[in-house]
Amino acid sequence: MKERYDVIVVGAGPGGSITAKTCAQGGLDVLLIEKRQEIGDPVRCAEGVGRDALKKHIAPDKRWIAAEVKGSVLIAPDGTQVKMSEDASNPKAGYTLERKVFDRALAQQAAMAGAEVMVKTRATELLRSNGKITGIKAMYMGETRDIKADIVIGADGVESKVGRWGGINTVLKPVDIETCAQFLVSNIDPGDYSKFYLGSNYAPGGYVWVFPKGEHTANVGIGILGSRSGDVRAISLIQRFVDIYMPQAKIVEIVVGGVPVSGPIKQTVSDGLILVGDAARQSDPLTGGGITNAMDAGEMAGNICIKAKEKGDYSVKTLKEYEDKWRATIGKEISKSLQVKNLLIKLSDEQLNQLAHSLDGVDVSKMALPVFLLALFKKNPKLLWELRELFK
Amino acid sequence: MSVNVNRYKCGYCGACVGVCPEGALELVETWIEVDNTCTGCGICAKICPVGALVVVK
Ligand SMILES: Cc1cc2nc3c(=O)[nH]c(=O)nc-3n(C[C@H](O)[C@H](O)[C@H](O)COP(=O)(O)OP(=O)(O)OC[C@H]3O[C@@H](n4cnc5c(N)ncnc54)[C@H](O)[C@@H]3O)c2cc1C
Ligand code: SF4
Ligand code: SF4
Repeated sequence: MKERYDVIVVGAGPGGSITAKTCAQGGLDVLLIEKRQEIGDPVRCAEGVGRDALKKHIAPDKRWIAAEVKGSVLIAPDGTQVKMSEDASNPKAGYTLERKVFDRALAQQAAMAGAEVMVKTRATELLRSNGKITGIKAMYMGETRDIKADIVIGADGVESKVGRWGGINTVLKPVDIETCAQFLVSNIDPGDYSKFYLGSNYAPGGYVWVFPKGEHTANVGIGILGSRSGDVRAISLIQRFVDIYMPQAKIVEIVVGGVPVSGPIKQTVSDGLILVGDAARQSDPLTGGGITNAMDAGEMAGNICIKAKEKGDYSVKTLKEYEDKWRATIGKEISKSLQVKNLLIKLSDEQLNQLAHSLDGVDVSKMALPVFLLALFKKNPKLLWELRELFK
Repeated sequence: MSVNVNRYKCGYCGACVGVCPEGALELVETWIEVDNTCTGCGICAKICPVGALVVVK
């Protein structure tokens, strides 16, 4: 480890590793730190990802692909199934990842590009001189040291502190977080579609997902809004679901976690500081997906770091381009998803059933999500009226 | 005011850290630490997926 770098990236999840790789490829001196002793473990993810979105960043590799999925099936409260494909042009629409291996592969990519990597190293505060951010304090194996850099990247996930230290408010309110529990189950037949169960009989206050994870195994999880958690907990709800609907399943792993579902937050950069991925609350409020958004944002952030170094200017003036870029892309998508989510959570079981039935006779099997939503809107303009702006 | 972490229950996911308005919580690898800025507001206890947090007066 050196005493100073161009860029320090805090957190070696998908967002951090892609940021570090991009910086290193651009010739910057970059340090990637991760507080855990094992990158990617323990997992806090259902591991579902769209094939095309992923391929932009890394070539698919069977070492970290647990299963290929053809699309999604939505299951209404009365059991009505609506089947859609995530990518109309290809039957192999998505993957269920093995994130323990995937996250490590991404960090390795960064390392091979020239980034330095330190594990069991936790950022504990920002260093400043005359008010300006000049690096971080980090604890490695119980010892604290100062590490200097021109830019600090907070890619430190749902529990992000880097933004707060830099004066950016990233606090999630209970309605802004999906609180989740998941079992990796064995002894079931998961099929080759990802399934989503809606309604109070399956998932009171949230939804259940079943993602195939290879032969006889699946990630079976539930997410409920934080505002609805307390009297009931995600963990007991998923236990109940498995007991009722998959009595033969054997639980071989437990995963818990929180997904930010706030939609775009007000600020994600300040002088010498950029937030990426879950730390910037860039996950999708509707699907809870955040892997590829974090990777996209990481690439954008890395490219801005390269520019900043060329200009020798690390102030908001230069870094703001990152903020503009992600808002115009990821930001637009997650704003739409937020609107859909806010409507969905208000619907009763009867209304959800009505939506599912409205698609009787409509072939949605080849529809991507936006086209699907439009078809749904056309059939149910009254129920979905508050979404009309999305289809302009 | 503080919160008690049942470390035999906690799944060290960090969700509670993300919602604490005071920044009183920290996830250190596999355990949660609480500092003295905790106001006992109970938000973390509400959202914990496993119910590992209890406010203590
Ligand atoms: C139950 C659940 C299911 C999910 N399912 C899906 C899904 O199916 N598909 C999908 O796309 N997304 C899913 N997500 C969301 C997805 O996991 C995240 O969006 C994604 O991991 C974000 O990547 P990231 O790099 O921003 O953060 P993370 O992957 O969370 O990485 C952040 C890293 O920073 C480290 N860190 C934190 N603080 C510090 C510090 N101070 N110093 C050093 N290191 C630090 C952490 O240890 C961690 O390794 C799910 C999330 C949950 C909780
Ligand atoms: S939210 Fe609960 S399970 Fe997760 S780290 Fe906090 S106390 Fe532990
Ligand atoms: S009770 Fe409130 S202030 Fe205390 S740790 Fe929990 S969220 Fe933070």
